[in-house]
Amino acid sequence: MNQYTISVYTENNIGLLNRISAIFQRRHINIESMNISDSEIEGVSRFTILVNMTEVNVKKIIGQIEKQIEVIKAFYHMDDDTIYLESCMFKIKSDLLFEERQIQNIIKDSDARIVTVNRDFFVLEKSGRRREIEMLYRELSAFGIMQFVRSGRIAVTKDEMRISTILDAFNN
Amino acid sequence: MNTNTKKQTKYLEQATERITGSEAVVRSLIAEGVDIIYGYPGGAIMPVYDEFYKYQDEIHHVLTRHEQGATHAAQGYARISGKVGVAIATSGPGATNLITGIADAQIDSTPMVCITGQVPSHLLGSDAFQETDIVGISTPVTKWNHQITTAEEIPEVIAKAFYIARSGRPGPVLIDITKDAQFDSLDFTYQKCNGVRSYTPVPEINKEALMASADLINSAKKPLIVWGQGVILGQAEEEFKAVVEKTGIPAAWTIMGVSALDTSHPLNVGMVGMHGNYAPNILTNECDVLIAIGMRFDDRVTGKLSEYAKQAKVIHFEIDPAEIDKNVKTDVAVLGDAKASLAQLLPLLQKNSHSIWLEKFNELSKIEFEKVIKNDLYPTKEGLTMGEVIKEINVQSNGKAAIVSDVGQHQMIACRYAEFTQSRGNITSGGLGTMGFALPAAIGAKMATPDREVVAVIGDGGYQMTIQELGTIFQTKTAVKIVVLNNDFLGMVRQWQQLFFDKRYASTVMTNPDFVTIAKGYHLKAKRVTKREDLAEAVETMMASKTPYFLEVCVEKEDNVFPMIPSGASVSEIRLE
Repeated sequence: MNQYTISVYTENNIGLLNRISAIFQRRHINIESMNISDSEIEGVSRFTILVNMTEVNVKKIIGQIEKQIEVIKAFYHMDDDTIYLESCMFKIKSDLLFEERQIQNIIKDSDARIVTVNRDFFVLEKSGRRREIEMLYRELSAFGIMQFVRSGRIAVTKDEMRISTILDAFNN
Repeated sequence: MNTNTKKQTKYLEQATERITGSEAVVRSLIAEGVDIIYGYPGGAIMPVYDEFYKYQDEIHHVLTRHEQGATHAAQGYARISGKVGVAIATSGPGATNLITGIADAQIDSTPMVCITGQVPSHLLGSDAFQETDIVGISTPVTKWNHQITTAEEIPEVIAKAFYIARSGRPGPVLIDITKDAQFDSLDFTYQKCNGVRSYTPVPEINKEALMASADLINSAKKPLIVWGQGVILGQAEEEFKAVVEKTGIPAAWTIMGVSALDTSHPLNVGMVGMHGNYAPNILTNECDVLIAIGMRFDDRVTGKLSEYAKQAKVIHFEIDPAEIDKNVKTDVAVLGDAKASLAQLLPLLQKNSHSIWLEKFNELSKIEFEKVIKNDLYPTKEGLTMGEVIKEINVQSNGKAAIVSDVGQHQMIACRYAEFTQSRGNITSGGLGTMGFALPAAIGAKMATPDREVVAVIGDGGYQMTIQELGTIFQTKTAVKIVVLNNDFLGMVRQWQQLFFDKRYASTVMTNPDFVTIAKGYHLKAKRVTKREDLAEAVETMMASKTPYFLEVCVEKEDNVFPMIPSGASVSEIRLE
């Protein structure tokens, strides 16, 4: 089993999320995280899916994803083939920011960013690798975290994916 | 195919006209060349039915007795004609009743468009009366689906639906139309769909792969072809036959592929898989090159994968890239449609014959004949066998009839012994194994090809799953011939219970009604045969009938289907008894 990042370029259609997630469900594969956003091409969506599975199976999954009518192209990558990160947010009591010197050091050392501060709480944001976020979580949890949330992985690949070429080929 | 009829062109690319969404549905169907549609009315689809009433001279709506019947009839229509079958139903239970047929069409690659009515768009998601999320429910079993909530979308979405259903590897498409979209008006024009940018129906043939496959085939000493439905779906029967005859390679078929090549062809070595023939199964594990054409290495074909053709180089001709290496690792994959691939392959192949290798098939066939076939087709015991009924149908139809089978023992016997001289002759639920498929599928098949004899062969179990379609046959006077092979058991499950569960016959005994009386209740001609001496005449009378005919044959109760590859066993572990 390896960790794979799957990139799927699709049309922006209602129901496609269901169609793609069903392919994983059929094979009893847990999706570690999924992110759907615009892509570099207008009107084309991009799914970034993180899964743990064997390479043999990830190839089969890619075939079954690409088979869906509104999927333009799907790829799978090892971590080394991509530049990837996750984002997270912490909501923490404002008092702690002033009472606990240590917190200010943690924020500085971790490259986290304060998004907002008010009388009751402040919000911290951090983007980076999973282990950096986990480390920050561990350090802050000693002081108490009111809320924590982490996004799915997003990734860009080192190699080109040539989606525009595929779409241009259709138009010509 | 550019053979639009006058009727079709009437609505193709004409000047814009203001009409309702429901009228647009019907005009779009006519523009796609649809002549028959199977369905069942209900609240959310009533506006479209109102248009069927108006357009009844141009499009024939067949009222089935259950929505499942509508889908199987549409499948039968599609399987025998190659055209897109169409089924229509209302929302909620009408829509969910389509699911079995849709799943069947998906796994057997049958082109079908299903249209469902849906509650008005302002009620979506509110648990309204007869609301069900049919787009969500049908997603894993459709090639594509879409919900229409505005009238303007109707022509474009229907055009796309037909294009997707019929192109590439065919499959079912579901279109869900809210009731307000049916009532609203639009400026209607119809243009056929010629492409979808995110969808490549037929991959390009890779010349290098094609050359590599030809080299492997030309140098093979013990090659075996296994073909599937792809040859039929790709209309590649002639090209396929040319390849087989030029190379002299023994060719075996999957249940979905039979009838693409005459069953009596000297190079046709029979059926592969669980209840297939002895020789092609055994020799799958002896061949040096396995040439798979338009088939997908289903587990019923391969048996234990880790012991399947391990000694052979595998070539896979396939239209669907997702099938490559899905089950069996291939050495050479040639993507593309079967017709073009085989046409390009033919000139690269050397003329050859493999008489010594072929002789091995004949030797094993003789063993199978002595141990199995002789007893199935020429029984000496008192009870009737399923095999002798099929043999009698062969005699009376000269192999020209389309045999529509259901699921179970009778299906395996029908597929093993039916003789075909015409393609698209075997219509059966292969992948999904849907009991209840045959009766409605036979209706669709007969309606699509009224000049062709259509014989439904059904077990007593499956028959009762869609028996209500006798009403459709009666009302439409569709001259299908129905043969029920009655052993008062769910025979295949009983066979497994006998072989693998120490004869504990849990819920497989059927206490059956008087099937002849039921058929007569629908005013069908009907007869029951219990003795061998009456069989030939009964089949002859049935085949000669110009009207629908029901024949019940009471067969031996506890016969088993052999050969058999027990599940989990290798193809070479096939048992003859």
